[in-house]
Amino acid sequence: MTNPEFTSMTVREALRDGMAEEMSLDDTVFVIGEEVAEYNGAYKVSQGLLDMFGPKRVVDTPITEHAIAGLGVGAAFGGLRPIVEFMTFNFSMQAIDQIINSAAKTLYMSGGQMGCPIVFRGPNGAASRVGAQHSHCFASWYAHCPGLKVVSPYSAGDAKALLKSAIRDSNPVIFLENELLYGHSFDDVSQDPGYVLPIGKALIRRAGKDVTLTAFSIMVDKALKAAEILAEQGIDAEVIDLRTLRPLDTETIVKSVMKTNRLVSIEESWPFAGIGSEMAALMMEEAFDYLDAPVVRVTGVDVPMPYAANLEHLALPQVEAIVEAGKKVCYRS
Amino acid sequence: MVNSISQNEALQAYHDMLLIRRFEERAAQLYGMGLIAGFCHLYIGQEAVVVGIQSVLKPQDTIITAYRDHGHMLACGMDPRGVMAELTGRVGGYSKGKGGSMHMFSREKNFFGGHGIVGAQIPIGTGLAFAHKYKEDGGICVASMGDGAANQGQVYESYNMASLWKLPVVYVIENNRYGMGTSIERSSAGDTYYERGKGWKIPGEKVDGMNYANVKEAALRATTHARSGKGPYILEMDTYRYRGHSMSDPAKYRSKEEVEHIKEQRDPIDHFRTYLTSELKIKENEIKEIEEKIKAVVLDAVEFSKTSPEPDPSELYTDVLKEEIAVS
Repeated sequence: MTNPEFTSMTVREALRDGMAEEMSLDDTVFVIGEEVAEYNGAYKVSQGLLDMFGPKRVVDTPITEHAIAGLGVGAAFGGLRPIVEFMTFNFSMQAIDQIINSAAKTLYMSGGQMGCPIVFRGPNGAASRVGAQHSHCFASWYAHCPGLKVVSPYSAGDAKALLKSAIRDSNPVIFLENELLYGHSFDDVSQDPGYVLPIGKALIRRAGKDVTLTAFSIMVDKALKAAEILAEQGIDAEVIDLRTLRPLDTETIVKSVMKTNRLVSIEESWPFAGIGSEMAALMMEEAFDYLDAPVVRVTGVDVPMPYAANLEHLALPQVEAIVEAGKKVCYRS
Repeated sequence: MVNSISQNEALQAYHDMLLIRRFEERAAQLYGMGLIAGFCHLYIGQEAVVVGIQSVLKPQDTIITAYRDHGHMLACGMDPRGVMAELTGRVGGYSKGKGGSMHMFSREKNFFGGHGIVGAQIPIGTGLAFAHKYKEDGGICVASMGDGAANQGQVYESYNMASLWKLPVVYVIENNRYGMGTSIERSSAGDTYYERGKGWKIPGEKVDGMNYANVKEAALRATTHARSGKGPYILEMDTYRYRGHSMSDPAKYRSKEEVEHIKEQRDPIDHFRTYLTSELKIKENEIKEIEEKIKAVVLDAVEFSKTSPEPDPSELYTDVLKEEIAVS
């Protein structure tokens, strides 16, 4: 499907363009992080921004995530709109106190006076063969906390339009990208600087009537592949790209389940207290009478990420597992 | 005492220091009566530090500190009514009763809290300084911490970036000798906090934090340095808190004699009062007038904090997220 209004580019380029457009529109927006300027980004997401905007607005930092995050919060309190890049979200654990205690809670603690317009962004979750400390998905961690918005896009067009919304938002936004998706091209990228997508809205990427598959980020890719296989077996799956995890678009999910009566939740992270647990609770609370089968969670295995290729493959949710789960809730296994 | 202090300024400083003390004495009473709950960290004994620093600040400057924050709020001109009502958890408080002792803010007075995580205010203050430089508004940030926070890693991450980028920030270490119940001798392998910026080329000095004039002089040097584009500056204030760490702390880790000795020898308010009468020749009745005025202001704040209603139950759900979105 080609639409003249949308062009094809990689997620990496789309994210860069999103930042560049917002920086052009608003002088208070700046990018700060490790290797974002002269190195052009550890994953080249900020490629070219230093040349375009100079060192005042594209700021290389020492490797000190905790204080970088705190400095960003202070700059946001001081009237700027920082984009803080974590080289990977794994390193945000060093900074999580500033993200939660300072960025997320201060609006409430100040009775509405303060506010913290800041974006924390970077690749999240597993990449390839980087071991336990560099493969952590933080979706459920951040989605747990009031005062934050948590976005995790799949396509290039969504990545750009949602990042632009995140930068314009007056609240702290956690923007979870995926290293493996950076090089993927999508033909859904708007070139209009005014084009944004609302945070908090999911997207039905494939309409279906038999089972609802919910996923976000790279798992959308796997869910779509699983849906094709399921279709060959006579099961018509609806794939919902959650896009935002907080606030969750419960309306779209519940509406879908009212039609399909079955839900499979897919996420890369661990099962315990994960996004899938929340999906199961949501179904109990808002769609119980519509369910024809218990919710099934497809998740990463409940172990630290192994390095060995075969073990890593086993630890991550694969298309086959999603297909099996789809069949199971349709009582077809 | 230096001679550069005018009578008017001296009276103002005396007023500001005494207001903090009387306010907090009343807060302690309200705590005892059960009207204030949770944490309440009193600043009593350290008043000269914050009043001395405030005397050299400009309106565009920003201030941030940790949880021993009532003194900073009153010194920068926040309304005692709003501060006391926040302590009692009432809607008339600066955070509508949703913050408490450790979490108050004033956009109007450029007071950015009020932070309950030891040391977390230092990167934030460094970020406020980053914003001053970015916006070129001529302002500086004064970021205060205790001797306890001075051992936190993020303080040194901040020193590094502040010096690297020559950010306009003054770090004030209020060394009151105890991080909660642990003396500096037991917590710090080296107790020259003012020298800890050396590795990052940040100048520092130790100041008698019980002496308003000394604090002011040092603060002027530090803020002039930061304001002129030379980067951060560290002031270590040699001071002392008379009360426990918080209201629940009987302070058994130090002797009564130690506390009494400091009160007698170094009390910032008593000694300043003597200076007012003997050196500046200010009349006793003028001072009494100030004292009476403070008494009335504090009583009024207490009354307000008792009569201001609790926040409406609907406030539970407000101020979690901001609705507005920047229009580009």
